[in-house]
Amino acid sequence: MFDLPEALLLARIQFAFTVSFHFLFPAITIGLASYLAVLEGLWLKTGREDYMDLFRYWIKIFALVFGMGVVSGIVMSYQFGTNWAVFSDKAGPIIGPLMAYEVLTAFFLEAGFLGVMLFGMQRVGKGLHFTATLMVALGTFVSAFWILSVNSWMHTPAGYAMNAAGQFISAGSWLAIIFNPSFPYRLAHTLLAAYLTTAFIVGGVGAWHLLQDRSNPRARLMFSMAMWMAAIVAPLQIVAGDLHGLNTLEHQPVKVMAMEGHYQSHPEGAPLILFGIPNSAGNRVDYAIQIPKASSLILKHDMNAPLAGLDTVPVADRPPVGIVFWAFRIMVGLGFLMAALGIVSLLARARGKLYDWPWLHRFALMMGPAGLVAVLAGWITTEVGRQPWTIHGLMRTAESASPLAAPAVAASLLAFVVVYFAVFGAGVLYILKLMAKPPALNEGAPPKIPGRAAGTTPAVALRPGAPATD
Amino acid sequence: MNFDLTVIWALIIVVAVFIYVVLDGFDLGLGILFRRFPVGRDRDTAMNSIAPVWDGNETWLVLGGGGLLAAFPLAYALIFSALYAPITAMLLALVFRGVAFEFRWRDPAHRGFWDLAFSGGSLVAALSQGVVLGALLQGIAVQDRAYAGGWWDWLTPFTLITGVSVAIAYALLGATWLVMKAEGRLQQQARAMAWWLGGATLAAIVVVSVATPFLSADYFEKWMRWPGMLAVAPVPVLVALASIAFVRSLKAGHEVAPFLLTLGIFLLCFVGLGISVFPYVVPGAVTIWAAATERSSQVFMLWGTALVLPMILGYTAWSYWVFRGKVSAEGYHA
Repeated sequence: MFDLPEALLLARIQFAFTVSFHFLFPAITIGLASYLAVLEGLWLKTGREDYMDLFRYWIKIFALVFGMGVVSGIVMSYQFGTNWAVFSDKAGPIIGPLMAYEVLTAFFLEAGFLGVMLFGMQRVGKGLHFTATLMVALGTFVSAFWILSVNSWMHTPAGYAMNAAGQFISAGSWLAIIFNPSFPYRLAHTLLAAYLTTAFIVGGVGAWHLLQDRSNPRARLMFSMAMWMAAIVAPLQIVAGDLHGLNTLEHQPVKVMAMEGHYQSHPEGAPLILFGIPNSAGNRVDYAIQIPKASSLILKHDMNAPLAGLDTVPVADRPPVGIVFWAFRIMVGLGFLMAALGIVSLLARARGKLYDWPWLHRFALMMGPAGLVAVLAGWITTEVGRQPWTIHGLMRTAESASPLAAPAVAASLLAFVVVYFAVFGAGVLYILKLMAKPPALNEGAPPKIPGRAAGTTPAVALRPGAPATD
Repeated sequence: MNFDLTVIWALIIVVAVFIYVVLDGFDLGLGILFRRFPVGRDRDTAMNSIAPVWDGNETWLVLGGGGLLAAFPLAYALIFSALYAPITAMLLALVFRGVAFEFRWRDPAHRGFWDLAFSGGSLVAALSQGVVLGALLQGIAVQDRAYAGGWWDWLTPFTLITGVSVAIAYALLGATWLVMKAEGRLQQQARAMAWWLGGATLAAIVVVSVATPFLSADYFEKWMRWPGMLAVAPVPVLVALASIAFVRSLKAGHEVAPFLLTLGIFLLCFVGLGISVFPYVVPGAVTIWAAATERSSQVFMLWGTALVLPMILGYTAWSYWVFRGKVSAEGYHA
């Protein structure tokens, strides 16, 4: 028999796996909900049918992604208790209320109006339907607000005291807890990331259809809108990311040391290591390609400023450097590529060639999943960079887990992996199938049948692939 | 009078869980019955009757879990780590049934598989919830703020009975929902199901009610000893009356009354459970006061709940109003 890894490691893998899968869905729906609201708003304002066609095209994809986000999210809301019981008990009085506010102010808003958004166009009329779309978009934003506040508090805990039972409790001001030091930066950085994720998916899909038929006006419209987002938001995101990094340096310097690969302290200006292979056993980065003093210049805005390294941190308090180092580089690299695409698209637009340069469309197509990859890489950077803590500096991951036997966690982990890959794999396939179809004139218009039409229309006419009946 | 915020929060959680049981009860129940309906417009109609609302219904489950974490963090930690296997099974089952709402329309070639995922997922989720209920009633081993048992402790004959009972009762809710929302052949079929499911539900209520007092001296004391018995006697009496009314309404061909009477029976069972468990949140081990969060957290959340919950109830009701009346096989899935 082989030995199972210890229960703690399995629980960590399970949480990382389920939260990574889950995070991809809201990363899309946050941006897509807003995009749908913009499309419907422009349609109401201008009456141009292309906007409605795009709305109908993307709402099918939205419904699929949203459904997967809901079911993978329910898993998260219970997993704190099943696998991280000690953390839940100790941190519950602080994070519990924030998560309860998320459910009350965001989840219900999304769920309550989603039905009307998806199914209610004929039942409520244009104005109310647009309101429903706006409410769903608002819900995704509010949800991000609360859950990122919780997450930020785990990185930069503030406004807390301890009670006799060893629980973290409010020291008085809930605003100090909600608006903890890293929250505003994390919120801005993550929301921009979600908008970019959607923009690049929309752009990639538009580019694919332009490569097939560059005269399709709806493909043109979505590509153009996505490229505006890329050109404006990607550079903004680099600025936001830089500010977030400086905030991390102030509150979680050890994480930045791991991101930079700074095993040693540099009293006279630290180099910027572009690439290399972190070697934690030898406390050095092998084969490093570096720019002298550039890290100090970026982080301290002074090339001779001293920067402490991991040599100032006890080994037991260091995060795994390799993962953080590489995840950070993947995120930053993709960020600059996104900005590059945005800038190139401006150039093409200025020359009136936005729809005529196939290499630009191929570039955009290639960048379609870039936002998703960058979001995951960024998430790994910040979460693995917080280790070995669940609540930074206060509660260790090793002290947070439920008292479960390894076989129990191994069995559940296996089940999650199999089910998630099978179910969400199928879901991704269906999304790709929808994306492969060009956005058509009168895109999937719902058949004009009154709601109480039982017995008048064969259901087969409503199946995908069947011709629209109007 | 000095309000005990812990009791108020216990009531809020109980109400949230009850709303969840009622709302997701009918759509899980419909899922359990789903594959007994003929492929084609009957199944499509059944699915469309809950498609616009299932997601909102399931949000109450998140509120139940999240609310428990917020108001009784110790109970949240103990219960979910003790009931690891059934909770995990429920979550995975909900994944299958949740995605089936969209997937079955997107992939006609595999519609049969996603129908099975919808039905099987609904059944496993209902069974798991019943097992969780039974395991809570029979008690959880606790030591030093941590679960002190093994990962199969929940599995007993009693929890299997409660598991099956909840699945049967949900199926009854689903059947009576369809009696209300469907027409023609589908409605007739649902009505026929409601007959035998009603009988099975009553039998399940009797079995669980008889078995529960023998789980602990505390339950026995409340239900079987004079004069305490007198105080709790209205519950079984009302269940009996509601059951008679249920049979009569079904016989008379009413469309809405069977569903409402089933809800009434659910409410009475819920009250009965509350009588058994109070003042514990983990029966026999942790009272609501021992598990309660800090007062400042209670106050902070109470403001939000008082402000937002009426709004939620308002727009949830509006959403049901928008989709009122009989449902057809048509959705947006063109």
